[in-house]
Amino acid sequence: MTSAAADPLPRRRRWRISASGGTGLAVVGFWLLMTLLGPSIAPHNAGNMVASDILAPVSWQFPLGTDYLGRDMLSRILWGTRYTVGVALLATLLACLMGVTLGLFAAVQGGLVDAAISRVLDAFISVPSKIFALVMVAALGSSLPVLIGTVAVIYVPGCYRLTRSMAVNINAMDFVTVARARGERTAFIMREEVLPNMALPVLTDFGLRFVFVVLLLSGLSFLGVGIQPPDADWGSLVRENLEGLRDGAPAVIMPAAAIASLTIGMTLLIDNLPGRRRAAMEGH
Amino acid sequence: MNSIMARLIGARVAVCAVSLLIVSGLVFVATSLLPGDVTQEILGQSATPEAVAGLRRALNLDRPAPLRYLEWLGGLLTGNPGLSLVNRLPVADLIASRLPNSLLLAGMAAAFCVPFALALGITSAIWRGSAYDRLVNTATVTTVSVPEFLIATVAVLIFAVHLRWLPAMSYASKIESVGQLLRSFALPVLTLSCVVMAQMTRMTRAALLTVLDSPYIEMAVLKGARPARIVLLHALPNAVGPIANAIAFSLAYLVGGAIIVEIIFSYPGIARLMVDAVATRDMPLVQACAMIFSAAYLVLVLIADLAGILSNPRLRYR
Repeated sequence: MTSAAADPLPRRRRWRISASGGTGLAVVGFWLLMTLLGPSIAPHNAGNMVASDILAPVSWQFPLGTDYLGRDMLSRILWGTRYTVGVALLATLLACLMGVTLGLFAAVQGGLVDAAISRVLDAFISVPSKIFALVMVAALGSSLPVLIGTVAVIYVPGCYRLTRSMAVNINAMDFVTVARARGERTAFIMREEVLPNMALPVLTDFGLRFVFVVLLLSGLSFLGVGIQPPDADWGSLVRENLEGLRDGAPAVIMPAAAIASLTIGMTLLIDNLPGRRRAAMEGH
Repeated sequence: MNSIMARLIGARVAVCAVSLLIVSGLVFVATSLLPGDVTQEILGQSATPEAVAGLRRALNLDRPAPLRYLEWLGGLLTGNPGLSLVNRLPVADLIASRLPNSLLLAGMAAAFCVPFALALGITSAIWRGSAYDRLVNTATVTTVSVPEFLIATVAVLIFAVHLRWLPAMSYASKIESVGQLLRSFALPVLTLSCVVMAQMTRMTRAALLTVLDSPYIEMAVLKGARPARIVLLHALPNAVGPIANAIAFSLAYLVGGAIIVEIIFSYPGIARLMVDAVATRDMPLVQACAMIFSAAYLVLVLIADLAGILSNPRLRYR
């Protein structure tokens, strides 16, 4: 299947994408669309108690059942998309922006600057991600800016390492030396000479890191220290309906399944990218 | 053991110690210098400035931060990390009552998942590219990319709700027999193992495949050796180091997994203690728990490094 039209990135060559890659693209695309449209197409308001039955099973009226207060699960999941996908996207963007910039800067500058940045970021890697997040939430309380900032800081070092290791190799090539001899500024070399030659691996890394961020954020919400009520992302939805687990209520399973579909979809997509450079699954 | 190895090992241990020191600095800075003020939190909004100042003095918060850091660090090293802000009990006692539970859970999960992960990783490397390999691969990628609480909820649904084999909430206050112990631990251990096992299987397979790609294996293939013989006799002895490394490194995932598992099964371990402390902003307790988890993580990574060094014959016989 050759699908240049479904491809979000304009490329010169036409992309061949496998069936599983296409599935991944469709699932991720669907959730991105829901991030924008979710609340407007949801049948009910997320906070409205519309059913008399709590933790009800699947029915025509409530396709994904109802939650512990009798709210429509489908609507709650659609509203939650904004938090799970939106917040994770923002945090990942922030992490990759900082990581890539620092990595490029360290590689192009080299020497003492490189060593200093590398050592400082290495220290952050030696704290497990969930522990670091818990400490930050304990210190600053849980709010959207704190969550986004914390998660971004946690994933900067990984992105930095990858960017730097690639940029060091590109930096040693002749055309960079020529640019430097021409008297180009550091920022120009970073942006125009090095970055375009590692765009695809950086994008792949972005996708992978997005998966980690979604897992971490929903994990924090599940622990009750992430997104705070009355707002709810998919992790908080699992937490608040946990009492329905004994009866196998869809209110517990559906939000967890939504997270799984998003993360597995993204994994499938990046695994099937052409010319992929799959980093090892590390640290979530 | 020779001088080169001793020096390498010494260097790794030193790096680990320095990392732990830096981590303690990070934890202290994050919890003390940031604007969330503990005294306001304890006394509430209506506290008078005098009361706040008095409490600050009582909690030693009016002293300079570097001095408090050194005192805190000294306290940690001598086993006295201070008093809990919430119930005024010594943090050391709170942790001592919970730590054995967590160690038991982690130990059982490790004992359960290491043999399984090794078997899966090695067999999938032997039959590389087969349907079996693809199945194992798909299963492990899926497990790694879904949240731990999904695995836990699915496990509870299957084994406790539908099949009714096991109790959903693990912890009975009194455990009388070995059978009961195994039954009540089965689900938490299963969940925790799943996460770690997936990681370990992938890394074991990758470590073995790296060796399988080397020229001497090609030589064995050309000689006509069977795949199982090639993997077990030719490749495995040389992959012991990387595999030991992979195992120790995967065990570090116990740290993250344990938090979710202890919460969902309401297991009285140290991770739940920490999450509760975060909710009540009980800083001394959060700091001590964070240090324990980070130390456990760093030690496992150190063991992974040491396994790599100790099993390298080029270093051993020099």
